[in-house]
Amino acid sequence: MSTTATAVEGEHHHHGPAKGIGRWLFATNHKDIGTMYLWTALAMFFLGGAFAMVIRMELFQPGLQLVNPDWFNRMFTMHGLVMVFGAIMPAWVGFANWQIPLMIGAPDMAMPRMNLLSYWLLPVALLVLVSTFFMEGNAPAFGWTFYAPLSTTFAPDTADFFIFGVHLLGISSIMGAINVIATIVNLRAPGMTLMKMPMFVWTWLITAFLLIAVMPVLAGVVTMMLTDRNFGTAFFDASGGGDPLMFQHIFWFFGHPEVYIMILPSFGVVSQILPTFARKPLFGYASMVYATGAIAFLSFIVWGHHMFATGLPLAGELYFMYATMLIAVPTGVKIFNWAATMWRGSMTFEAPMLFSIAFVFLFTIGGLTGLMMAMGPADMQYHSTYFIVAHFHYTLVPGAVFALMAGTYYWLPIWCGRMYDEKLAKIHFWLSAISVNVLFFPQHFVGLAGMPRRVPDYPLQFADFNMIISIGGFVYGLSQLMFVYIVVKAIRSGKPTPDQVWEGAKGLEWELPNPLPFHTHTTPPRVD
Amino acid sequence: MSANGNRMARRLAWLGALVPALFVSQVANAAWDLNLTQGVTETSQTVFDIHMTLLWICVVIGVGVFGVMIYSIFTHRKSKGAVAAQFHESTTIEIIWTVIPTLLLVVMAIPSTVALIDLEDNSASDMSIQVVGYQWKWQYKYLDEELDFFSNLAASSRDQINSDPTGVDNYLLEVDNRLVIPAGKKVRFLITANDVIHSWWVPDFGWKQDAIPGFINEAWTRVEEPGIYRGQCTELCGIDHGFMPIVVEVKPQAEYDAWVAEQKSALKAAAASGDREWAMAELMEKGEEVYMRVCVACHQANGQGIPPAFPAIAGGAISTGPIKGHLDQAMNGVPGTAMQAFAAQLNDVELAAVVTYQRNAFGNEMGDMVQPADVKAAR
Repeated sequence: MSTTATAVEGEHHHHGPAKGIGRWLFATNHKDIGTMYLWTALAMFFLGGAFAMVIRMELFQPGLQLVNPDWFNRMFTMHGLVMVFGAIMPAWVGFANWQIPLMIGAPDMAMPRMNLLSYWLLPVALLVLVSTFFMEGNAPAFGWTFYAPLSTTFAPDTADFFIFGVHLLGISSIMGAINVIATIVNLRAPGMTLMKMPMFVWTWLITAFLLIAVMPVLAGVVTMMLTDRNFGTAFFDASGGGDPLMFQHIFWFFGHPEVYIMILPSFGVVSQILPTFARKPLFGYASMVYATGAIAFLSFIVWGHHMFATGLPLAGELYFMYATMLIAVPTGVKIFNWAATMWRGSMTFEAPMLFSIAFVFLFTIGGLTGLMMAMGPADMQYHSTYFIVAHFHYTLVPGAVFALMAGTYYWLPIWCGRMYDEKLAKIHFWLSAISVNVLFFPQHFVGLAGMPRRVPDYPLQFADFNMIISIGGFVYGLSQLMFVYIVVKAIRSGKPTPDQVWEGAKGLEWELPNPLPFHTHTTPPRVD
Repeated sequence: MSANGNRMARRLAWLGALVPALFVSQVANAAWDLNLTQGVTETSQTVFDIHMTLLWICVVIGVGVFGVMIYSIFTHRKSKGAVAAQFHESTTIEIIWTVIPTLLLVVMAIPSTVALIDLEDNSASDMSIQVVGYQWKWQYKYLDEELDFFSNLAASSRDQINSDPTGVDNYLLEVDNRLVIPAGKKVRFLITANDVIHSWWVPDFGWKQDAIPGFINEAWTRVEEPGIYRGQCTELCGIDHGFMPIVVEVKPQAEYDAWVAEQKSALKAAAASGDREWAMAELMEKGEEVYMRVCVACHQANGQGIPPAFPAIAGGAISTGPIKGHLDQAMNGVPGTAMQAFAAQLNDVELAAVVTYQRNAFGNEMGDMVQPADVKAAR
């Protein structure tokens, strides 16, 4: 009896956050967990960025000046791993945590304690991964794609730490995805049918299904590596009757949906922001939903386009070429819809809008080079050169990262109850938008001219472009420090958020009071 | 000359040292290549044409989409008094922009399919060469001749990696032994690897093909124009991935035949040179050359290695240990590491020389030597 009474009593007093470190260690509030994800992602963005700076410094001039080739290999390996698994993916989970309950009228995520566990696995996993720098054998140097047998027979013992880290990241991601699906399916406000959900929620729902489908595949492939390395199996070892190529099939069955895991939430964010600042509804909402679904489906059946040069049989090459080309159709639909959303709107250009428009422009460039690489014979030349480096960085940096910046500026006023400095944010935008192109556009040229990726040094004809690329990289890297300054400044001393943050913003998250109470939507709103 | 002039000259000299280091000397070597090569084969020309078609289609799409957006950005802005329309759907237009791209894709698929079928047609070749990727060199085996050899990064490039490569001809694109093929013949390549995955790419031929242990991938080329064509490994294969170039020399048939004969007699002579006793100085000289070619990538020019993956030769347990163990390690390697079994790659003289060199260089001063006859006996 008395225990029940205390429990009720306890709940009654539980209005605000807990005091001290306990608030974060035992957080179950979606806002707190979202905040932790976002800060972790930001920290990892700078760690991965620091690795990229080492890469660009070494490539500033021909010859080796700064690091030996082994270090160089570690730098781009860890750059890729940290950016993919430590920065972009967790950042989107942070967005999901903050925004999905606010946008669908739910009081919290469906499974708050699992939410806490899935967050805390993340820093542990990243620590395991990064700790390899301080071990004998040093950090992984086999590329973020860790092709066997370079990552099995020929890798240092630290590769086992990498495997363990990937396992933990996978568990964390799967739990996060389950939580997102459970929340969206069960906790939508009355009246919010699936086809009334905001685009960001839709894209995350589809992303979550991708995560659940492919993270176990990743876990499977690293487990096979683990047993190859330690327990005498020969999954990927030709001398034991295994098949090194099978590694690539399994890896890319995970890897291709993985790239959509990073980009689909960006589509969602941009689809929220463009209508707000164009003061006009999203063009073709239904087709946007179907296009996202189509992209997600296609992502499972195109992995072979990463493997055109591996000696796939002709029929396989043709199939993967045709299937990959199909992705251009739904992707095109999305881009046309965004352009049509802007068309005859009444646009203003605050920082979220600037980043979103830049996203549409620059992601389109990444999409078009993707279409070029879908063509099997042409890919025989493009493959594994700086052309592909340019391609995927266009989709991930002015793609996913710009969408993250856009989303942060867009929602920061409700997250922290204070406005950011618009003038500084615009400077941040212009510096980023210009430098990112100086950084990545010339990579198309050196790639076409024949510079392979993942090399610490290059023939002299690539010297001038590499210097320009490096300068672009340094400016881009440094300008991101502005972002931290702007966010911290907003949190500490920004003007209080007005009742109407953005004139054209629509959706449940904008109907809440400012500053946001610790618990929101405790009674579900009604959507008509 | 006045003092002023002197100072001026000094300043100029200083600038002259600085500026070239950054820009000028590089501009001298520079090529502002922007585009894919057209190459020298039918395949590479076809690929180039597909690439250009794709590029122009992408440019047209890009200009269209960006044009609409830019027009919209400048016209439909609130500051110009634009009032937002409220349309948000049009089935017609959505069907149009789904169907048109689909048709464009079909148009692009046709030449790509034809090209891919041709690329994979390895039949009716005139000769076959097996290409084997090793960490970090290529082995070429002429299957129709009794001829095979290794191709390493040239010393001219290797020597300058850690200093100033700007004056080196074909920096990182030169090898000690070039692959030589006859002009006008359909050459089939059988591509595989000995350790990890590599990828064999000569852009002028229009394709690359992965070299995968346990697999033999086929590819072919027919080069009409004699010349020297250069490429690089394009699959991450460990620390010296960036330092295993490919150089193919295409010679007219007669010159090619002469080259084959010459290579064969050279191989015979090299094998025969192992029949005599070698002096210490000879072994050391030969050994240094072999070391700088095959050992240096891991064990480094100063013999310090990059521990723990690549142990030091200087004062190393093996190289200062019993001579038998040292030779055994060099000949049979350490399975599962980058330390290969060099018995299959080096001849008796080379093995004897390099082991001798390692035992007497880098301050090891063991004073002993291995003779080619010892290697022969150990085989």
